[in-house]
Amino acid sequence: MSENSNESNLSSLTSAQVYWKLFTITLTLSACTFGGGFVIISMMKQKFVQKLQWLGDDEMLDMTAIAQSSPGALGVNIAIVVGYRLKRFWGAVVSTLGAVIPPLVIISIISVFYNQFKDNSVIAIALQVMRAGVAAVIFDVVIDLAKNIIKTKSVLWICLMIAAFVATCFFKVSAIIIILVCGLIGLAHVKAEDVKEGRR
Amino acid sequence: MIYLRLFFAFFQIGLFSFGGGYAAVPLIQSQIVEANHWLEMSQFADLITIAEMTPGPIAVNSATFVGQQIAGLPGALVCTLGCILPSFIIVLILSFLYMKYRSLRTMQGVLTGLRPAIVAMIGSAGLSLLLLALFNASLFELQLGDFRVVEGVLFCICLFLLRKFKVGPIPIIFGSGVVGTIAYLIIGK
Repeated sequence: MSENSNESNLSSLTSAQVYWKLFTITLTLSACTFGGGFVIISMMKQKFVQKLQWLGDDEMLDMTAIAQSSPGALGVNIAIVVGYRLKRFWGAVVSTLGAVIPPLVIISIISVFYNQFKDNSVIAIALQVMRAGVAAVIFDVVIDLAKNIIKTKSVLWICLMIAAFVATCFFKVSAIIIILVCGLIGLAHVKAEDVKEGRR
Repeated sequence: MIYLRLFFAFFQIGLFSFGGGYAAVPLIQSQIVEANHWLEMSQFADLITIAEMTPGPIAVNSATFVGQQIAGLPGALVCTLGCILPSFIIVLILSFLYMKYRSLRTMQGVLTGLRPAIVAMIGSAGLSLLLLALFNASLFELQLGDFRVVEGVLFCICLFLLRKFKVGPIPIIFGSGVVGTIAYLIIGK
């Protein structure tokens, strides 16, 4: 999987064709993908790496790391990185539009219907009982995530998780403060490790 | 100026929601329900339900929904723009740096610290949603007598199906909606 083959696959197309493909692919993936960013990433990999061969395997992994290292929705972030990698700034703009237009349109339509139907008693019951399902979905995700943290066997991370839970749940500490504090702890941790390794 | 306030609320959500997906839920809740009172907690729960059942990231879906509810289509556009602008800028900078240096160790360090916090916050958001589903109340105004049996049973069945058989979120949410509604119509309350 050489970089050259990727470049030649790309350069045989005109700029307009690349932009158009980028837009239609991000648009269809965003419109059809239920279930979060990681699903979009695997489908993008399938499209851009396997099918079109515009990107290499490793590149896709690095791009995923960039998308994860940035705030915001993973599905949008990965579209921005891929767009930037292929066509720099305007590529990023085009792929972001592709990723954002479907939810914007769908939710706008639903939002209008919501106002008309929220007082309908059957819809109200359905929305109320579905909360149990949504709560179950979130708990399922949390169980997996918490397992990953516990698997690190690091007292620091496990205590941080418990402390953050108590702080949000019982003391209503704002999410932004918790994110800033924990980010700084992570930064201090990696710097401390660097110092240790430097001495060795 | 409502557009400006909407823009900055979602700019903050976009800027601080590390970890994607559910990580945005507690942030959206604190901005939309607690800080600005744009939605009530029950409307917020409806929003999360809708955002979950439709494609697209929760943050973008919420931005569109809240914007539309508060200030119509222009509101939806302003909120969505505010929500994606921070990540757009940061991802561009990181992509640029990546192509230059290809090493993200410091960023990975920060991420490692954020991960436990994100798990905790998603757990907390999940808990408040569960309490709303089961008791129609928040943690501090909880009364055990308000327990809703149908939702309690549904939650246990859903969680079991998710853990044991890896059923997808969409069939779970739709399924709980259909089964629960039928149950309520039969019980007649």
